[in-house]
Amino acid sequence: MTTAVLSQDTRAVGRGRSGVRSTLTRGSALGLGIAMVWFSLLVLIPLAAIVATAGEEGWRGYVDTLTNPQSWAAIKLTVGQSLLVTGINVVMGTLIAWVLVRDRFWGKRLLDLVIDIPFAMPTIVAGLVLLGLYGPKGPLGINVSNTRTSVTLALAFVTLPFIVRTVQPVLAELDADVEEAAASLGARRLTTLRRIVLPSIIPAIAAGAALSFARAISEYGSLVLLSGMLPYRTEVVSVRVLSFIEGGDRTAAAALATIMLGVALFVIVALDVIQRRMARRG
Amino acid sequence: MTKRIRLATIIVAATSISAVLIGCAASSGSSSDKNSISVVGFSVLKTANEPVISAFQKTDAGKDVKFTTSYGASGDQARAVIGGLHADEVHLSLEPDMTKLVDANLVDKSWNQTPTQGILTDSVVVFLVRKGNPLHITSWDDLVKPGVKVITPNPASSGSAKWNILAAWAHGRAESGSDAGAATFVTKLLHNTIAMPGSGADALASFVAGNGDVLLAYENDSIEARAAGEAVDYLIPNDTLLIQNPAAVTEDASPAAQDFLDFQLSKEGQTLYAKAGFRPVIDGIQTEVPGVENPSDPFPKVKHLYTLDQDFGGWAKADPEFFDENSGTITKIISGLNIGS
Repeated sequence: MTTAVLSQDTRAVGRGRSGVRSTLTRGSALGLGIAMVWFSLLVLIPLAAIVATAGEEGWRGYVDTLTNPQSWAAIKLTVGQSLLVTGINVVMGTLIAWVLVRDRFWGKRLLDLVIDIPFAMPTIVAGLVLLGLYGPKGPLGINVSNTRTSVTLALAFVTLPFIVRTVQPVLAELDADVEEAAASLGARRLTTLRRIVLPSIIPAIAAGAALSFARAISEYGSLVLLSGMLPYRTEVVSVRVLSFIEGGDRTAAAALATIMLGVALFVIVALDVIQRRMARRG
Repeated sequence: MTKRIRLATIIVAATSISAVLIGCAASSGSSSDKNSISVVGFSVLKTANEPVISAFQKTDAGKDVKFTTSYGASGDQARAVIGGLHADEVHLSLEPDMTKLVDANLVDKSWNQTPTQGILTDSVVVFLVRKGNPLHITSWDDLVKPGVKVITPNPASSGSAKWNILAAWAHGRAESGSDAGAATFVTKLLHNTIAMPGSGADALASFVAGNGDVLLAYENDSIEARAAGEAVDYLIPNDTLLIQNPAAVTEDASPAAQDFLDFQLSKEGQTLYAKAGFRPVIDGIQTEVPGVENPSDPFPKVKHLYTLDQDFGGWAKADPEFFDENSGTITKIISGLNIGS
């Protein structure tokens, strides 16, 4: 989860050094050993197992999965909706972070606390809450259940905190003096925002966006009751994977999972590249 | 020199952690106790089994017998047992899940050589509708009228959905006299389907939350929902499919497990299951069933009752024929719907 943020820190430190000489002391070697074993047991070995299972039928497993129209529809829906929701979060999340850091208003501390709730709630409960509010019996008279809008809504709900929480501390650390200096030198508000504030928070936005996207493509629980899981219309990849497992076709399930792993990796790397470019320009 | 020490430290740390973890894993294995029964069942049984278990513990055979229970989606439960979950008795939603356990040598091949063919509980496919049946739905043909919103779980992930879809198929075939007619009917029905949740329980939750006009459901689920006070009615169509839930003791079951299964099949056991909404598998059960539509006749006789064995040649034939992940008839119909485009 925090790898994107962490790797930036180490890179920044590493850049100052000449060469890649190991700096391990005995204590830190022990730390590295423990970290690697833990990471391998939890992440590397299971992921390798998935890729190996998917490879049991060679490339055919992947081709079959990708050419299955129902799976392909699920991939398109999941990736499309995740990108859309991440885009929404980039705007709304940054806005919320800004409001929380820069403005003073009644109920600010409460809002700050409540932001994490979508993250802390069991996602099936989130789905139930959304169904109650935006379902057929909702008090607002808006019914989005069993439509694509319900997928957008559910994903936006569960991924809301990510960008807020990554941008917030960076904004708080930002020195107001620099902005004042820019203003006193005649920069307009928008220019200050574009030239001074944005470059500093872009890495945080990118890290948050990566987390938000990764969370969105894997979402299952909040969609169970809300989306209707209709093939071709509201069926997301995680549901499709579940169907494969229930049907006893583990190879297809693993192939689809591996494809999504590739998509996630691609988007996370792409966001990292964008963020580095922006950082260099700033 | 120092480098070697560091490497050694890493290796020592790595192996010690692994050893601890392996130790934990090894000690968590469960052992079969002579006087305990581990029941692994499909989700609905959670409430139905409680009174049966406590009644069994009051009999001579069941005195001092301890129970552990696990309930969940039928397919998941079968996979869990194959994956190492200890079970003395398994009670599943449909036969193909039991077949998985037979194939894994966990249940004896002769499990269905009993007076009830290995079946412990029965039910039928019914229509769950809003209180008062505002759309006046009475038959299968009402479900395919334009604008009627149907919910059924997805047959790719849910056992209960397979019963529902095959019931619709049997109706379509009886009406038209051909498999092509049956396919047309099921296609129409799926066109009216607005949600395909992953399991029967999710589908019921979605329906109770206000989605849809009709939910295809088990009769016992519908009775339980009404007994729990939900504002729903159910109706039994003139022709529908008999749902049969198999149960068996496992190969390495404790001796008490067979006693328990015998008790479940006894008059007392079947009466308790009937109270929970299941149709008895033996004759002569008379009891009050809370939640039924007609208390004087809790389980009315269905005019034309289809069965898997008579109308579909058994699950061994029907499961691959209809639900194979690639070539199954129903799988293809769902693929061909192409709802989104």
